[in-house]
Amino acid sequence: MEIRVDRERCAGSSLCLSYLPEVFDQSDDDGKVLLRTPVPGADMEEAVRGVAARCPTGAITLHARDAQDA
Amino acid sequence: MPKPLKDSDQKPLVATVVPGTSDRAWIANGYDEVRAILSDDRFSTMPPAKTPEASRRLIQPGNLLQYDPPEHTRLRRMLTGEFTLRRVRALEPLVEGVVKDRLDAMEGAGQPVDLVAHFVWPTTSLIGCALLGIPRDDQAELVRHLDTNRLDNPDREQRDMAGTAYLAYLDKLMRLKRRKPGDDLLGRLIRDHGRSLTDPELTGTAATLLASFIPITGGTLGLGLVGLLENPDQLALLIERPELIDHAVEEVIRSVTIIPHASPRTATQDVTIGDQVIKSGEFVACSLLEANGTRAPGQPQDTLDITRDNSHHMAFGHGLHYCMGASLARMELRIAISGLLHRFPKVRLAVPRDELRFTARSVESLPVAW
Ligand code: HEM
Ligand code: SF4
Repeated sequence: MEIRVDRERCAGSSLCLSYLPEVFDQSDDDGKVLLRTPVPGADMEEAVRGVAARCPTGAITLHARDAQDA
Repeated sequence: MPKPLKDSDQKPLVATVVPGTSDRAWIANGYDEVRAILSDDRFSTMPPAKTPEASRRLIQPGNLLQYDPPEHTRLRRMLTGEFTLRRVRALEPLVEGVVKDRLDAMEGAGQPVDLVAHFVWPTTSLIGCALLGIPRDDQAELVRHLDTNRLDNPDREQRDMAGTAYLAYLDKLMRLKRRKPGDDLLGRLIRDHGRSLTDPELTGTAATLLASFIPITGGTLGLGLVGLLENPDQLALLIERPELIDHAVEEVIRSVTIIPHASPRTATQDVTIGDQVIKSGEFVACSLLEANGTRAPGQPQDTLDITRDNSHHMAFGHGLHYCMGASLARMELRIAISGLLHRFPKVRLAVPRDELRFTARSVESLPVAW
């Protein structure tokens, strides 16, 4: 699974990085999301999905990397 | 995602009419409906008017809630850097210091003490003023204006005068800060973005931030403490297991939902929500209270449960206008509530519950003993 973030949409809520600081970070300049770990391990997948669903602007999306990794 | 805590007993999306007209408007009460509307770019929060230009003229400069993209994006981006998690963490010692001073003062005064007058408002207003860089000597007067200007003050004239004085003060302060920006939020805003912000935008930004901070966070803290004091089992649990504080703060924020309705949204085109169509030009009021399964202050509440995961609540709104001060508010509430319980583990109401008086957004006084 690969994470993509839409920095244009991101509202800088800090929600994602407060839940998963190992995956998400935030710019000091505009407060918008930065990706620390674009391809997290399978064990993180559920947590990342939970965070993506909570993101107030839908700026976090998840994408399959190849056929085995849907 | 976990389901809403409790389904609203109101219809999820109801058609109604704008008072005094025959125009149709909508009220959204359901969790899914509110979430869908607040995250849909086809709704505008600009003041309603006949043309977009007229609408733009009605905006209170600096009040982010009244702007749509791209102006909203431009203004919000200048501020979000001030509200990052790192910045909020850097403010923790300031908040801890203010909370400790207030607790010392309460201990010195002896019990019973009114938590609202001696803890809730002083901590919240000191922190809000320090964040923005309001000089110490001016804080008391400014906070008084803000309090007199609150929406539920029945004296219109007095309220308007206080509103004018509040803005006049901030206007003067911004002029001073333009010349000598200090190391505080407004100072940094001026240094980094001062040239692209007009004077009314700067003053309006300061006014919005302070008015979002003090009454809203203070109101949540006061009403949240009522909720905890009314549920001694939850209070005891939190004292026994201090690590529950983050859950407890989130539950307090949800159970209070201090902003009962999001700012009205206007559909800019026809939008289908469930099996109904909100027509272009129609208003929607989204009830955060109903979506969160909450009741107004003073009404019997559902059980408070500080152990549940309610992190999907909508007390901070949703979508691109999601509360900018959410992390800051969480941090203040966490330090204030845990500080109080740590110092006074036996804290309890010093009057019967029925004697508490509520305004629309706060409890008037909260006498406690320990
Ligand atoms: C417990 C405390 C707080 C609650 C429950 C709360 C709630 C909310 C809600 C519901 C909205 C969105 C309204 C809508 O979409 O119509 C909002 C927006 C906003 N809040 Fe808060 N708020 C709190 C504290 C704060 C603090 C401490 C600050 C800043 C110092 C702040 C600044 C703002 C700003 C600037 C907006 C407008 C954002 C935009 O339009 O992009 N809030 N808040
Ligand atoms: S949760 Fe969404 S809006 Fe908030 S910082 Fe992360 S990506 Fe941005």
